[in-house]
Amino acid sequence: MRTLYALALLALSLPTLAAPIAVFELPNAEAEKRFRTLSAELRCLVCQGQSLADSNSDFAYDLRSVIHGMLLEGKSDAEILDFMSARYGDSVLYDPPLKPYTLLLWGAPLLLLGAGGWLLWRTLRNPAGEGRGRAGLSDEERARLAVLLQENKQENKGEDA
Amino acid sequence: MQARFIIPLAVFVALVAIFAVGLKRDPREVPSPLIDKPIPTYTLPNLQVPETGFDQGLLTAQPVALLNVWASWCTACRQEHPFMMELARSGALTIYGLNYKDERDDALAWLARHGNPYTASGFDHSGRVAIDWGVYGVPESFLVDFNGKIRYKVIGPLDRQTWELKLKPLIAQIRAEAQAAGRTAPVGVSDAAPGVSAPQGAAQ
Repeated sequence: MRTLYALALLALSLPTLAAPIAVFELPNAEAEKRFRTLSAELRCLVCQGQSLADSNSDFAYDLRSVIHGMLLEGKSDAEILDFMSARYGDSVLYDPPLKPYTLLLWGAPLLLLGAGGWLLWRTLRNPAGEGRGRAGLSDEERARLAVLLQENKQENKGEDA
Repeated sequence: MQARFIIPLAVFVALVAIFAVGLKRDPREVPSPLIDKPIPTYTLPNLQVPETGFDQGLLTAQPVALLNVWASWCTACRQEHPFMMELARSGALTIYGLNYKDERDDALAWLARHGNPYTASGFDHSGRVAIDWGVYGVPESFLVDFNGKIRYKVIGPLDRQTWELKLKPLIAQIRAEAQAAGRTAPVGVSDAAPGVSAPQGAAQ
């Protein structure tokens, strides 16, 4: 019963999810899927942080109708994305192309991963830090350490007894 | 030893610097890919005289022209308008209007009430032509040269500062280019270069 109720609620909410897109009718399911993908891949420039599919703004509606028109004309996805970036720049694409000025954008994760890996490797290899491992002790210090450890051992024995 | 403490500090300072620059930049200002590209081709009805066309040819009829995208419903256009009027009166350059997603009656009433700085306005009711211009917010202004290239784009209201710092020098440069190319303004336009040819670098 509860499952049924939940399903009914979900079904009721579907039209609101589809609302911004349902206005445009396309001849087949494949074209509809492309329409949804394309409008989710393009940034709505006037509404920060929303794609064309998310936004109800006039601007997003206009560009969705352009996508719709181009799909009906049989344009390819690449042609549609090119059309948009030629007018609004690469920042309209949520998947920015690899170009000289986007190198840092694409390279940053690799760079950070490399830096993290290097730090990890260094730390694991030499846990106490540089020059402070066993090799860093002078003969005098080593002798003192041996004495201290010996004393400690004896104390522990005494407690155990 | 010292580096252990300096490195995190340096990283922190670098991050703060990057964020500070990032915060100051306006995320609405999208760099236009249309700069130095040819203007789009289109035919629109003229706002005042619908029987007459309004196409890209108008913009290249003089050495340099400004295309201002405006609408009666746009409050920032209202704010920008007095400066447009001032520019038009001064005869600094020819200004064309692109009336964006407006109703004809509203647009005409707006011009009647606030003054008309435009030599002509195109009536882009659907906003489709504006998409080809890469317009995403009004007002926007495009500086177009005699070759039909977009030389500068102003997003938001054009103010005196942008005019003085960016547009004015660029307009002077475009005028010089037009003169070098032997392209002078048609008769009757205020920015017509005087005389026929003044070749051997008279201007210093």
